[in-house]
Amino acid sequence: MTNHWADIKNADVVLVMGGNPAEAHPCGFKWVIEAKVKNKARLIVVDPRFTRTAAVADRFAQLRPGSDIAFLGGVIRYLLENDAIQHEYVKAYTNAPFLIREDYGFADGLFSGYDEAKRSYDKASWGYQLDEKGFAKVDPTLQDPQCVFQLLRRHYARYTPEAVAGATGVPAGEFVEICKLIASTSAPDRTMTSLYALGWTQHSVGSQNIRAIAMIQLLLGNMGMPGGGVNALRGHSNIQGLTDLGVMSHLLPGYLGLPTEKEPDLQTYLEKRTPKPLRPGQMNYLQNVPRFFVSLLKAWYGAEATKENDFRYDWLPKNDKTYDILAALELMHQGKIDGYLCQGFNPLASVPDKGKLTAALSKLKYLVTIDPLPTETSTFWKSHGELNAVDTASIKTEVFRLPSTCFAEEDGSLVNSGRWLQWHWKAADPPGEAKGDIEIVARLFLALRDLYRKEGGAFPDPILKMPWPYKIAHAPSPEEVAREFNGVALADVLDPKDKTKVLAKEGEQLATFANLRDDGSTACGCWIFCGSWTQNGNQMARRDSSDPSGLGNTPGWAWSWPANRRILYNRASADPAGKPWDPKRRLLAWNGKRWAGADVPDFKVDAPPEEGMGPFIMNAEGVGRLFALGAMAEGPFPEHYEPFETPLARNPFGKVISNPAARLYKGDRDKLGLAAEFPFVATTYRLTEHFHFWTQHTRIAAVLQPEAFVEMGEGLARLRGIRNGDRVVVRSKRGRLEAKAMVTKRIRTLQVQGQEVHTVGLPLHWGYEGLTKPGYLVNTLTPFVGDANIQTPEFKAFLVDVQKA
Amino acid sequence: MAHTRRQFVQLAAGGLAGSSLAALGFSPARALAEVRQFKLARTSETRNTCPYCSVGCGVILYGLGDHAKNARTEIIHVEGDPDHPVNRGTLCPKGASLLDFVQSPHRLKYPEYRAPGEPEFKRVSWDFAIGRIARLMKDDRDKGFLQRSGDVTVNRWTSVAFLAASASSNESGYITNKVIRALGMTALDNQARV
Repeated sequence: MTNHWADIKNADVVLVMGGNPAEAHPCGFKWVIEAKVKNKARLIVVDPRFTRTAAVADRFAQLRPGSDIAFLGGVIRYLLENDAIQHEYVKAYTNAPFLIREDYGFADGLFSGYDEAKRSYDKASWGYQLDEKGFAKVDPTLQDPQCVFQLLRRHYARYTPEAVAGATGVPAGEFVEICKLIASTSAPDRTMTSLYALGWTQHSVGSQNIRAIAMIQLLLGNMGMPGGGVNALRGHSNIQGLTDLGVMSHLLPGYLGLPTEKEPDLQTYLEKRTPKPLRPGQMNYLQNVPRFFVSLLKAWYGAEATKENDFRYDWLPKNDKTYDILAALELMHQGKIDGYLCQGFNPLASVPDKGKLTAALSKLKYLVTIDPLPTETSTFWKSHGELNAVDTASIKTEVFRLPSTCFAEEDGSLVNSGRWLQWHWKAADPPGEAKGDIEIVARLFLALRDLYRKEGGAFPDPILKMPWPYKIAHAPSPEEVAREFNGVALADVLDPKDKTKVLAKEGEQLATFANLRDDGSTACGCWIFCGSWTQNGNQMARRDSSDPSGLGNTPGWAWSWPANRRILYNRASADPAGKPWDPKRRLLAWNGKRWAGADVPDFKVDAPPEEGMGPFIMNAEGVGRLFALGAMAEGPFPEHYEPFETPLARNPFGKVISNPAARLYKGDRDKLGLAAEFPFVATTYRLTEHFHFWTQHTRIAAVLQPEAFVEMGEGLARLRGIRNGDRVVVRSKRGRLEAKAMVTKRIRTLQVQGQEVHTVGLPLHWGYEGLTKPGYLVNTLTPFVGDANIQTPEFKAFLVDVQKA
Repeated sequence: MAHTRRQFVQLAAGGLAGSSLAALGFSPARALAEVRQFKLARTSETRNTCPYCSVGCGVILYGLGDHAKNARTEIIHVEGDPDHPVNRGTLCPKGASLLDFVQSPHRLKYPEYRAPGEPEFKRVSWDFAIGRIARLMKDDRDKGFLQRSGDVTVNRWTSVAFLAASASSNESGYITNKVIRALGMTALDNQARV
């Protein structure tokens, strides 16, 4: 989230699209109700199903799964055509006035630079026109035909209400009413918040769904505002934290990238990863990447990391390609991966195409699962009749199932979706011999270290020499680890402006990432978490719930990254002169000497407004990007592409049917179904009584929602002669499952491109483990294709057929 | 005469008959309605965070036992934390039944091992499990580790993959990342990917 949960109460309009917080995030959703009750906010819900969130909405539109960009593109067009944008904000705080290269173009569904053989773009033309100093050229009048504003207008001219209706199934009149409500927040004293979750991410165009709302929020002047922002609700209790800590195939802590082969040494890496300023007088905060990166290497490799040896840059693996979860499972399927370790992760249930996954896991030499409860992954080799039809004896995988603690049995911190790091305390010992995740990883590392010490082996240096400074080597304490990721001064850190001033003494916990250095004198395991455990102790454990500004910021509760800042880009909550856009939402103002107010400034605190520094300090040009430059795989503007399985014969907006830059492995392409055989659109979803695949093991949840079902509208039920409660078979090109039919009014038949489209809802909480009635894993049906940027699988739009069993 | 609920329990335990308590003005109906409070009066409270979705609701875990060295605490109740600025004491259907997660009859208690082709797990010791996994990983790493690609030092190990838990703590995630990268592993992901 750019904002946070309690901040939702400040909104005038709440747009929920791609999420269902009333059921999936009930205690956070109360802040939407608070906004409705106290702020007379209006709630808009756009979803393929009439959810419980929709049930309390002021406006609800039911759209076809996978048509979100058609809808959002239509909103962008509406705002531009009706002049419903926050003019001063758009001019000063976005790249609307920036000129794009003459060779940039878009035609027939493709942007300039497409290479069909590689299914990727040469993005050179998606850049700014630069002057002789290397700065981007701008036209403050927004009239130049090559300025972003004009390109935006031209790109979305096709997204008329009629075109939106034809692609999404939302009648043009309903669509325009929603646009009007959204447009009302272009006034400087009105804000809209956007709440989304997997309903936007789990598409082959997932990242572009999010970009589209970010652009809308920039046009409306809602970024940086209390009650505004782009807010990912997120699914697991620490999915934010694990991402912040870079526990992903392409990342290192603090969103630093894992090096690739094209960055053979530290200098090359830092040069490539440190952006050059694109406009004069901008903060370009990521110019500090060298400080963050060297401090990370010092945190990990300690005294071993010196300037002379590039701070042991060589010890980090260098990627040759992506190794995301789909790529890894593809490699496994090809027999190129021998071992798989799953720590609190049930891939057999949560990655698409169970048939392929089972085949892949069966090729492993060894599988390790670490969990407090049994997972289907841990028993993938056991036969469960039709639910898991495998030949156990032929599966030669060695399987280890290690019992771990649960939340109640450990200390530590979690980051919620509002970026709050909250400390929690252990209440009881775990059952039996279960151990914490930290201890299991530490024991495994020490056992490997022992083997390398005794036997030698491939490149043992980092294993033998990486410092392991924990008091109990086999069980590092959460406190020690938290202090390490916060960071410490290895020598006195001096004020660069006045070398007689010591900002942090040697050995002290660092209070801010502003004190990090690139000379090896500071260590910090995750720069954005610097400040979470200072000389004043554990800031994550703070419990002062007072709210001095009344905006819900509670600055003394827990600790929010970065720098305990509660709303990102908050400089944009004030106008260019430094005055808050809205007197009711006074977050930050220029007081003549510095920026001050209810939040920690996301800005250079002493930069006066007249200097013209932009509020989006993480971008080299200082402004928000309506045009994404080369940051996205499939284009600088979001364009509607059909899901990889679509009921339509063509894309209503262009000649290219599906995302031209999405990766599709050969075997998976052959397993895509066509509408003639699989006429209905399926979308997976979750229930309020269950949490993914855990609560199938809890008694109350198993009683409340005991059995798998398939939700369908009355139109489809009539078509197939299905009655409520009938047993039905759902088939996709990849597999089949059986469940009970739930025939509802919550899903209507849509009119799209002159044809009827039926949507099928598939809740996914059942498997062959648990206290619930055994059921099929729903990902038996789903396609093995991901988003082009981040490879999140397309669980939310694919094709099935439904018949009475 | 004012009594707290806790004193009411003490009085009752002290041998006063129920009827005479009623005569003193205590309402049995009220006492019955408050019966859950009596159980919790003798528990220790621990502040924690709901492990399910990402709202991060504050919860209070009520445990029997006073954390003395020889006392094994049993969690008997879970409530929303009324001080928490987001959930303010409320919990959803999942959070309200957290006790059933902690005390699920399916909680795993011991390391288990399934040999190739075997139909069942068998219980093993931690030493066996960690030792055998380390053996398999080392043999695999020694065989599959790539130190150089052309003239570039790459130090990567691609024949093994690791999935980390996005419901585990920051401290767990951090140490996992540090160890996995030191081994040279590239295929590391968490649920944020899906």
